[in-house]
Amino acid sequence: MIWPFARRTPAIRTVSGPGEIQARFKVAHPGFSLDVELSLPGRGVSALFGHSGSGKTSCLRCFAGLDQPANGYLQVNGELWQDSAQGICVPAHQRAVGYVFQDARLFAHLTVRRNLEYGLKRIPAAQRRIALEQAVELLGIEHLLQRLPGNLSGGEQQRVGIARALLSSPRLLLLDEPLAALDLKRKQEVLPYLERLHTELEIPLVYVSHSPDEVARLADHLVLLEDGKVSASGPLKETLLRADLPFVFEDDAEAVVDGVVSGHDPAYGLLALQLPGSSAGLQLPHAPLALGQPVRIKIKARDVSLSLQRAADSSVLNLLPARVVDWINVAEQAHVLVRVQVGGEQLLARITRYSFDRLQIQREQTLWAQVKSVSLLSAN
Amino acid sequence: MIKAIKHAGVGLFTLLALNNNALAEQVQVAVAANFTAPLQAIAVEFEHDTGHSVLASFGATGQLYAQIHNGAPFEVFLSADASTPAKLENEGLAVSGSRFTYAVGRLVLWSAQPGYLDGSAEVLKANQYRHLALANPKAAPYGLAASEVLATLGLSSALQGKLVEGQSISQTYQFIATGNAELGFVALSQVYKNGQLSGGSAWMVPATMHTPIKQDGLLLKKAQQNPAAAAFIAYLKGEKAAAIIQSYGYQL
Amino acid sequence: MPLSKADFAAVLLTLELASLTTVLLLLIGTPIAWWLARTNSRWKQPLGAIVALPLVLPPTVIGFYLLISMGPHGVIGQLTQSLGLGTLTFTFAGLVIGSVFYSLPFVVQPLQNAFESIGRGPLEAAATLRAGPWDAFFSVVLPLAKPGFVTAAILGFAHTVGEFGVVLMIGGNIPGKTQVASVQIYNHVESLEYAQAHWLAGGMVLFSFIVLLALYSGRSRTRVWQ
Repeated sequence: MIWPFARRTPAIRTVSGPGEIQARFKVAHPGFSLDVELSLPGRGVSALFGHSGSGKTSCLRCFAGLDQPANGYLQVNGELWQDSAQGICVPAHQRAVGYVFQDARLFAHLTVRRNLEYGLKRIPAAQRRIALEQAVELLGIEHLLQRLPGNLSGGEQQRVGIARALLSSPRLLLLDEPLAALDLKRKQEVLPYLERLHTELEIPLVYVSHSPDEVARLADHLVLLEDGKVSASGPLKETLLRADLPFVFEDDAEAVVDGVVSGHDPAYGLLALQLPGSSAGLQLPHAPLALGQPVRIKIKARDVSLSLQRAADSSVLNLLPARVVDWINVAEQAHVLVRVQVGGEQLLARITRYSFDRLQIQREQTLWAQVKSVSLLSAN
Repeated sequence: MIKAIKHAGVGLFTLLALNNNALAEQVQVAVAANFTAPLQAIAVEFEHDTGHSVLASFGATGQLYAQIHNGAPFEVFLSADASTPAKLENEGLAVSGSRFTYAVGRLVLWSAQPGYLDGSAEVLKANQYRHLALANPKAAPYGLAASEVLATLGLSSALQGKLVEGQSISQTYQFIATGNAELGFVALSQVYKNGQLSGGSAWMVPATMHTPIKQDGLLLKKAQQNPAAAAFIAYLKGEKAAAIIQSYGYQL
Repeated sequence: MPLSKADFAAVLLTLELASLTTVLLLLIGTPIAWWLARTNSRWKQPLGAIVALPLVLPPTVIGFYLLISMGPHGVIGQLTQSLGLGTLTFTFAGLVIGSVFYSLPFVVQPLQNAFESIGRGPLEAAATLRAGPWDAFFSVVLPLAKPGFVTAAILGFAHTVGEFGVVLMIGGNIPGKTQVASVQIYNHVESLEYAQAHWLAGGMVLFSFIVLLALYSGRSRTRVWQ
């Protein structure tokens, strides 16, 4: 049944083009400006990363139409949502977006069920691509349906908020730091559901965050924002490894690597991972996982050191043959970030300039990467 | 230390109290609304001639009566009728023997539009207007007199839906002055100055058409020690005051 | 019971006046409060101050200016005369207009506060869920603002029941049309009919208390967490 207030959406212009998202926003306020140009894939998770005040939320709001920049362009998978050159600006309520707010913003006067039905009711039955039961099951909130939002925990509210956004069958799902307002326990509770979204939905997600961990775990595409401008945009791993952006995560420059579980040593509690395209493997203390399960791990640059010879007796577990790709000076010339190739993946190593000169590091040089510590990003 | 403060306090209080009595130059007068203009004129002369000062409050007679009953600080009361001062005397709130008639009121039918009334009762009888204003007969003697006039003329039932009542004679005047009522009954003193009509048009209601509006005044018990109050009453009975009162259309 | 026919008529008239005024004020006040709550224009403060004027002006001032402007030479009076309605002083309609001015801030301010405390959040959420502006207003804002509406209605009603100064100035004390309870009580006091004044006044107090009690109890049951 079509909600009585639903209006016939005026035809949204379509433009021919590959399945992708093109955006250009220019906003100038006293004390803040946004000037971004983005080209995001039409599927998968694109993360907008930056510090507070970098413009990531403003960008997201422009996507949604909650803020309407005087000078803007937005095209989502063939639909034209804004083009100031032609005077087109589709208002927020006519865009097929779902928005997950940092503070959930559930309607306090409606039960969870009615909250979920809010967006669902307002699209014609023919356009509904997700059913109530599907969203409820995806976010695990069956037992909460009759409750009022005031009686839910932060994590539960956030899950309801995500389900509610999904139920309006959006073409684009926007998430504004959905985990920022949650404590660690709740974050761990909600994160798996976000990962499920990632794998089970065909619509693109734009995910705003200032947490490197979340980005590393969820993103396929990474956009770095600084002072209202885009400083980098590209596939996740590539962007993380860009040696001309040492300040991406500042001291926490890191690489993200995909591996496969290849074994487990019960005596010492060590999990063995196989890296693609390399004879080398990694070991880390961890509970056992299913053989062959794909995992994502992150390796901080400061946990990687280099040596010309394979260390014979070292406490470091992981010694990997590597080849130097390039490098950049960081931290007032005292350190150098070196990018090395290990099989099919790349790592960052942070060494002192003194060592860099002493070892006479050169491009294409083969040496050994010593990885002191590895963290697993995917949950069990 | 505390004792010293206490002594100083008592001393100061005594000084002020004595001061109040010694310099008693002020008299508080409660005045019926219709007598506003003449009283203000008389007060100016009184203050000039005697050096005492007058603090006057104007209002509807019934309202002033209730206030006096509930302890208002008035010392002289100039009513719009004769019965209210008589009541105060009987209730022992007045200085006996001080009651006197300070003016006899005249009722006038007045309109703010010059030329609307022709000096006779014809326009009134013709009943071509939307609203006729008068004071609330229960609360103001001029209102009572007005309703008597209407009864005498046999117009009471004909004017049923057209009568609007002001709570006091001043409010009645306001209704007419702003044009909301085309005409109405007010005290002559409200529209009469220096011996002539000060605007609009009127019909002087013959005094025989209603009970005479005797306006009595008296000295209230509160004023017994106040020389200014007694002086004021004496002044009201004097020649200067008489001239002013008559120039406003009252009779004596 | 020594309440005369005139007294009952006065009470009825008062209730009619208060109810009609409250309904009108809710209709007029809602858009005003909504605009004041949401706007950033430089007219917000001046208009807010104008709305708040009846809070500080003595009712007699309001009544006085209404008397002049509703009269044949005043702005409102000339308008009504040109529409063939004559002047509105001494009429029930005139009282309604006066009461609407007099009780305006008592209805607009609670509504404005309610709208402001709702904030932009729920509205933006509704927009992302395909609700247009009117839809969002009726499906989200109104339910969330219900306590504010109840308060506004209570205050508007009660304030109009107690209205005296304005009615005194423009009413003319016409039984059945402009002789409201407050003026009737005053009449009784003026004529020294204290017993009747007691009955009428006491009755008004009792009635108002019962109404307010009922409205307040209803309000706490619809308490909404933000």
